[in-house]
Amino acid sequence: MPIWQVLSDVEDPEIPVISVVDLGIVREVDTARRRVVITPTYTGCPATRVIEQDIRAALDSAGYRDWTIATALSPAWTTDWISADGRRKLLAYGIAPPVPAGERAVHCPQCGSGATEEISRFGSTPCKALWRCRDCAEPFDLFKCH
Amino acid sequence: MASLPPFPPRNSRESGSGEDVLFAYLLRLGDDSLILGQRLGEWCGHAPSVEVDLSLANMALDLIGQATFFLDRAAEVEGRGRDGDRLAFHRDVLDFRNCWLVEQPNGDFAQTMARQFLFSTWQKLLFGHLVGSTDATLAAIAEKAVKEVTYHQDLASEWIIRLGDGTDESRRRMIEGLDWMARFVPELFEMDEIAVAAAESGIGVDVTHFRGDYDRITGEVLREAGLERPAEQRPVLGGRRGHHGEHLGHLLCAMQFLPRTYPDATW
Repeated sequence: MPIWQVLSDVEDPEIPVISVVDLGIVREVDTARRRVVITPTYTGCPATRVIEQDIRAALDSAGYRDWTIATALSPAWTTDWISADGRRKLLAYGIAPPVPAGERAVHCPQCGSGATEEISRFGSTPCKALWRCRDCAEPFDLFKCH
Repeated sequence: MASLPPFPPRNSRESGSGEDVLFAYLLRLGDDSLILGQRLGEWCGHAPSVEVDLSLANMALDLIGQATFFLDRAAEVEGRGRDGDRLAFHRDVLDFRNCWLVEQPNGDFAQTMARQFLFSTWQKLLFGHLVGSTDATLAAIAEKAVKEVTYHQDLASEWIIRLGDGTDESRRRMIEGLDWMARFVPELFEMDEIAVAAAESGIGVDVTHFRGDYDRITGEVLREAGLERPAEQRPVLGGRRGHHGEHLGHLLCAMQFLPRTYPDATW
């Protein structure tokens, strides 16, 4: 199986509908040096180590045992690195994707309404804030723009 | 604290130059983040509401994440086979280089937010400047962390305003919290030999350059909260040389207990 395909099958441990490739965690696949370069999303994200272990396990079982995994901090990961496909998957899963800079409106992933408000700037994981829809009254997670 | 006798450097690497300065500088940054992260973690399950609980725990995670990067880098620079965990969990209180502000007990929620506001405002400015550090790893950590610290500073500012401009009781508690924490601010802007050497070599920054920005930003928030700037007090200094309050030892007892009692424990 091509290595990009292997990586595309590795799910984020907190948001299992989206892969580490969709999230932009895989920064580079360096065939010459046989290594995968990954980047942490949030400095304190406890899932970072799990993600690395999951990638290791996937590489091993697909026969990429001699490949190494390197971590690069800079340039810092931003939510702009989440793919269009990834954003669509987040929305379908009930997490509002990050709002690009310049846009203010956060739309409710349940009913699509733009009448939303922040409940808590920090949510259930470091990457999410807790929001609420004023129309359908459902609380929802917003992937923080970062 | 001028009356204290000079402390002999316990670690000769702190008095050298080059990599020794880098090591000492990273240790300060890492210890600030580590100790404040541990303090905020003490709130977990005790905050006034579940949203606040989440906020404090998330900030603690960010800070401990920063500490991991800084201390791992420090250990790498030191080159004695230690790693970030070893530095965090197997040093004694006199070897910690954090500032006094971060080790202050949580007190009530207002006091915790006063501490956060005074620290995060400084840390945000500091990291904004450290993005240009000549140490590429340090610059990368700062570039990444400054975005998270911006959140911390926003959140703390909102609470300063909400409590300061709230009820009589919330206002009284916030005034008391700020009054206590303000005495530890001058230490944040102290330029001792390590700080000067770090700034001159381009590893670090001269923190006095953004003192004006710090006073302006904190002043604007205090004004919006309807609070006076806390009165000048005799500053408390010495954390960067290993002088700490009694509270830090207690914090370390809790934080270091497990790895010290079971040194090779794994998950």
